[in-house]
Amino acid sequence: MKLPIYMDYHATTPVDPRVLEAMLPYFTDNFGNSASRNHAFGWVAEEAVDKGRKQVADLIGAKPKEVIFTSGATESNNLAIKGVAEMYREKGNHVITCVTEHKAVIDTCKKLEKQGGRVTYLPVQKDGRIDLDELRAAITDKTILITIMTANNEIGVLQPVAEIGAIAKEKGILFHTDAVQAVGKVPFDVNEVKADLVSLTAHKMYGPKGVGALYVRRRNPRVLLAEQISGGGHERGMRSGTLNVPGIVGLGKAAEICQTDMAADTARLMALRDRLSEKFHQNLDEIYINGSMEHRLPHNLNISFAYVEGESLLMGINDVAVSSGSACTSASLEPSYVLKALGAGDDLAHSSIRFGLGRWSTDDEVDYVVDKLTDVVRRLREMSPLYEMVKEGVDLSKMQWIAH
Amino acid sequence: MAYSDKVIDHYEHPRNVGSLPKNDVNVGTGLVGAPECGDVMKLQVQINPETGVIDDAKFKTFGCGSAIASSSLATEWLKGKTVDQALAIKNTDIVTELALPPVKIHCSVLAEDAIKAAIADYKKKREENTPGDAVGAHAQPSA
Repeated sequence: MKLPIYMDYHATTPVDPRVLEAMLPYFTDNFGNSASRNHAFGWVAEEAVDKGRKQVADLIGAKPKEVIFTSGATESNNLAIKGVAEMYREKGNHVITCVTEHKAVIDTCKKLEKQGGRVTYLPVQKDGRIDLDELRAAITDKTILITIMTANNEIGVLQPVAEIGAIAKEKGILFHTDAVQAVGKVPFDVNEVKADLVSLTAHKMYGPKGVGALYVRRRNPRVLLAEQISGGGHERGMRSGTLNVPGIVGLGKAAEICQTDMAADTARLMALRDRLSEKFHQNLDEIYINGSMEHRLPHNLNISFAYVEGESLLMGINDVAVSSGSACTSASLEPSYVLKALGAGDDLAHSSIRFGLGRWSTDDEVDYVVDKLTDVVRRLREMSPLYEMVKEGVDLSKMQWIAH
Repeated sequence: MAYSDKVIDHYEHPRNVGSLPKNDVNVGTGLVGAPECGDVMKLQVQINPETGVIDDAKFKTFGCGSAIASSSLATEWLKGKTVDQALAIKNTDIVTELALPPVKIHCSVLAEDAIKAAIADYKKKREENTPGDAVGAHAQPSA
């Protein structure tokens, strides 16, 4: 087993060697611009882009022409939301999203509000999923877009996207989903979900960073987007800019591998995830899983280790790469807004660790992480005044704390 | 985030972790911070009533590595100091000693608050227990 151990596959993934191999010729020998229509260099590049487009389309049950390449999911989310808001301005100005979305969606929606749009941020239930009745109730005759993620990046919870898509369709509202964490990991079909717009990115599925895609439905309905980057009119005029040919080749190959290996990967990752969870539960008391276990990505686990703080936990396992919802580990110095939204209390957000398993995770790694973290949790609880108080029978929620 | 060697040392080998008998009249307890803010420090001092010198100090901290290090360092510094010397410890001394980055200054502030709270608790208990004071003599030490 090699140290350090990487267990943060929701943040990013390494490029699969098969993906890298497919990409390499497109940096050197086949360096052409796919928009060069009049020579062989361009044709070779265009052919590679077409193949990548088909591979991505196949993974999500789409037509190749419905795939627009971007620089990644942040751009895809921006293009989808701003592009719809601008294009369908006449029809309405209301967007529905939810509080646990990625910042690329939340901050894009905030921007729309500044420009006079209206946004509803649906709360989530204890399990991390939205309430469909609340979604229905939020819809007005000005609603033009529902944007709800397929799987959450922190707690791995899967939203009921097929039901959301059906509601959107029934009401004649466009449905966008940020499916970055789900595509390639769990079955996702644009027609089953009735999605009109879908964001995805290569580097979350063993492809390179800096390339992603936006699925844009072409039939029933034909979705139009106002371009956000102007230029040569690439990608059906929706996203100008010379195509990242090696990146697209990598995204395509990554998509193909995910599709081929999905069933086997899922079974293996679920077994690893369950092993991780069971061992922690055997070793430690007062640990809490954040988010639904039933509706969850196979490779995600998010646990709060009560009475110890996340950053101090990470400090004790410096040869393991995981992440925490603790304020101390975030740039904003606020605890995770996703965990706060579950309503379990800020203290549990501070104590949370996200485990993201992936293609190269092993039983040995899981065992090592459990053993190491168990030791650290026990050590830190020994020096935790909260743990001591609870063991003495003090009800922490009844204490008068001096917040600072 | 990169930690200073001193923070790592205190995190890995915290000094004076533990608890003193909180009902002892010579022990002062400070409990500062809040769980929802991500840090709570409990700092205790045991003071020799004859000399006014702190002869033992203990802490328990829920918080990040810098919070643990700040309180660990505080207990180290407190031992052997008089009450007045202890009250003169400033959070900036802790920042300098541990080379805390700006985002971690609040950890040192919390440690200073914990020292002050512990000593205030000790003084309060002493006043309540001063011999000759009819009320204080019979007062129960606060828990």
